Amino acid sequence: MSTFENVSRRGFLKGMISGGAFVLGVQFLPRAVWAGAAGAGTSAEQAAFSPNLFVGIQADGTVHIVTHRSEMGTGIRTTLPLVLADELDADWKRVKIEQAIGDARYGSQNTDGSQSIREFFDVMRGAGATARAMLIQAASQTWGVPAAECESDLHVIVHRPSGRRLGYGELALAASKLPVPKKEELQFKPKSAWRYIGKDTTSYDLTDLCTGKAVFGQDARMEGMVYASIEHPPVLGGKVKSLDDKEALKVSGVRRTVLLDPFKPPHLFQPLGGVAVIADHTWAAFQGRSKLKVEWDDGANAAYNSDQYKKQLQETARKPGKTARNVGDVDAAFAQGGKIVEADYYVPHLAHASMEPPAAVAEFRDGKVTAWACTQNPQAVQAAVSQALGIPKEDVTCHVTLLGGGFGRKSKPDYVVEAAVLSKQVGKPVKVIWRREDDIKFDYYHAVAAMYMKAALDPAGRPTAWLQRSVFPPIGSTFAPNQTYGSGGELGMGWTDIPFDIANLRVENGPADAHVRIGWLRSVANIYHAFAVQSFVDELAHAAKRDPLEYQLDLIGKPRTVDLKEARYPNYGGSPESYPVDLGRLRRVTEMAAEKAGWGKRKPGKGWGMGIAAHRSFLAYVATVVEVEVSDKGEVRIPRVETVVDAGLVVNPDNVRAQFEGAAVFGTSIARTGEITATNGRIDQSNFYDYPVARMKEAPFKTNVHIVDSSAPPGGVGEPGVPPFVPALCNAIFAATGNRVRELPLTRAKLGVSGK
Amino acid sequence: MIRLKVNGVERSFDGDADMPLLWYLRDVLGLTGTKFGCGMSLCGACTVHKNGEAIRSCVTRLSAVQGAEVVTIEGLSSGNGLHPVQKAWVQINVPQCGYCQSGQIMQAVALLKTKKKPTDQDIDEAMSGNICRCGTYQRIRAAIKAAAEGRV
Repeated sequence: MSTFENVSRRGFLKGMISGGAFVLGVQFLPRAVWAGAAGAGTSAEQAAFSPNLFVGIQADGTVHIVTHRSEMGTGIRTTLPLVLADELDADWKRVKIEQAIGDARYGSQNTDGSQSIREFFDVMRGAGATARAMLIQAASQTWGVPAAECESDLHVIVHRPSGRRLGYGELALAASKLPVPKKEELQFKPKSAWRYIGKDTTSYDLTDLCTGKAVFGQDARMEGMVYASIEHPPVLGGKVKSLDDKEALKVSGVRRTVLLDPFKPPHLFQPLGGVAVIADHTWAAFQGRSKLKVEWDDGANAAYNSDQYKKQLQETARKPGKTARNVGDVDAAFAQGGKIVEADYYVPHLAHASMEPPAAVAEFRDGKVTAWACTQNPQAVQAAVSQALGIPKEDVTCHVTLLGGGFGRKSKPDYVVEAAVLSKQVGKPVKVIWRREDDIKFDYYHAVAAMYMKAALDPAGRPTAWLQRSVFPPIGSTFAPNQTYGSGGELGMGWTDIPFDIANLRVENGPADAHVRIGWLRSVANIYHAFAVQSFVDELAHAAKRDPLEYQLDLIGKPRTVDLKEARYPNYGGSPESYPVDLGRLRRVTEMAAEKAGWGKRKPGKGWGMGIAAHRSFLAYVATVVEVEVSDKGEVRIPRVETVVDAGLVVNPDNVRAQFEGAAVFGTSIARTGEITATNGRIDQSNFYDYPVARMKEAPFKTNVHIVDSSAPPGGVGEPGVPPFVPALCNAIFAATGNRVRELPLTRAKLGVSGK
Repeated sequence: MIRLKVNGVERSFDGDADMPLLWYLRDVLGLTGTKFGCGMSLCGACTVHKNGEAIRSCVTRLSAVQGAEVVTIEGLSSGNGLHPVQKAWVQINVPQCGYCQSGQIMQAVALLKTKKKPTDQDIDEAMSGNICRCGTYQRIRAAIKAAAEGRV
């Protein structure tokens, strides 16, 4: 593995005494922690100071900080260490980042749910403060002065009265011999002393990413490895009926084929099965695969046709479902009349289509597995490989490469399991490479969803009653058979937490069977729920002949917090005390977005318009105004997007801006062309020609991101930009053309400017 | 036997002349900076230069680069420093996941060879074959302009 600079991370953990991370009780690790991590000429034994799992200091002053979350473009590999470095008062230029292998001692490593900062901000700060306290103690003992007279000053401990100074490297050995301070004894820097938190810092990997040196899953290599490309059953749950691999084996460079067992339901993160072609290089594997003759036994899902399924979902959405939240008496309120408005919305299945198709290399040797993979969750790799091969989890070492995008797909390690299973069969390290076609056809899809909305309006146009019902094949179907209703988590994404001030409100969910693997995609159920709710708000505003912004603010109502205890609202794992549903914050971002956009200053119509949407997700509040130009032919151009985000405390603002710029492009892809369909159980799309994503000329020309200065605890930023974008765009299209988009993608809509 | 120059180094290959240049670069030479994205010339992640022009290496057979001079992201900068376009990418902080950026940079360098001061439309036309799923397009545009204007 000489191609990896970060091979030392294995050595890093090897020396760790078993026990918890800082959160569970700090571990004192006096010796040999840096075996393998030390640079040439440096003795690891001399300089082992590692107060917990996340940080260690070498005698030369190099501070090693471990990132245990996966880097897929959100910048987390840089941002979490930045928090630790700040509290440690370390010089960022002398920090080396180590990517953690999968290990439960770090706490969750599943990098999804926009939760890395909010879950680990305090942990990283605590680790930094612990190390700093021990360095101060070491200096005070060396000098024989009270610790209170010593303080840190960028990689140095200073004795103020005498002006004496000792560098962190000089103190590392002495610090390593000290007891670890208790958590409650730690002193944290005041916010005013923060060096890095709240300021822009570029990615640790920035230069490597611009020079081709960065190592992704597709780039990982192991000595003596062979390459595999896998023909999966085209229908979920299918099996190989017969295989003729004669022609495939004739391809130069092809070594053999391997039959892979189908999964045992539920499919979880198990490989799909099929036929693997093992070869000396990728091209031979692809060529061999194209020459396979496989007959499939498709199984029950061959009856799945998405056109028919769509009708079924839409019918279900029109029938009473399970109540997930109830306020007042909707039926009685509807019976009293008023202006009734109804609408049906639909969002198809979506594929993740990260730029890097899934890939992994794994070696099975002496009953143990070592893998390198672009995974969002190395602990899931350990569990799934352990399950597949019947070996203990501890015997699965998963190294994490950079990820060429993830968006939730790479939380599911089926492709890593494939590499491990094949390595056991082949007796060599095996590199599994998914093609784009495999990525699109064998995804864990974002659920297709149908929503039905109904409201009764009073004479002022305000809703007296509101009913909403969504129907979608749930993520739970991936984990347990026969799951047909959405979980509290899915319904808690923009559905049960609908924040409006309405006296009679009922939130429902109807059943849907899954016929493909259902997963989670950037912002998950918020995509379809926010599309329905925020489009419907716009529809109601127009029905009431009111300005959509003013109407939205009226529905949000006065600044207050919403109590969702009865709806058993999971609140993205955040406590209701730290993270209440705060309508003051939602209101503020909405007002700010309108102001930044110059809302109401230009009359919409004749192919130009603005749309607004506001949505709270992942504990962040976001409002987005999209400006569109729609040509006579219905071509949509997006000259400008204004997005305001209140995500509480922000560690790395430029990173946050980048996430919201990207979310606007991601939302553009969903709205314009995002659609996965199936015929006889087979996914119809396969590559970027039939599953297009936004290109530069189609993407918003300029997205301006405004971050609200907030002292609230940190929320998420990777996902919350996506949900409001799509309805804001569709509301803008309505303003520009008079055409209401109730069904995505836009390629299915007729968008020509009305009246022309 | 295929003979070509890759990043200034003479290479020869006597395997399958139909093998796309991408896999020769990645699997045979170990130059993994050039990325696999689609295999159909749809996304631009595999963009390299053939005799100075941007090509998609995933659909370029080795037989088509016989005698050619190929430059990849690893060979873009001749010295130890960065190419001005790479410097612009760093300055504007363009990448998110970064997977597509080798191809984006190679495409941008080729654009700036023919259009010293590209307009927004020039940039759209030249760069719309390169997909970035993270959505860094506006920073790519800004970096190209910064490089064109010598602001790096």
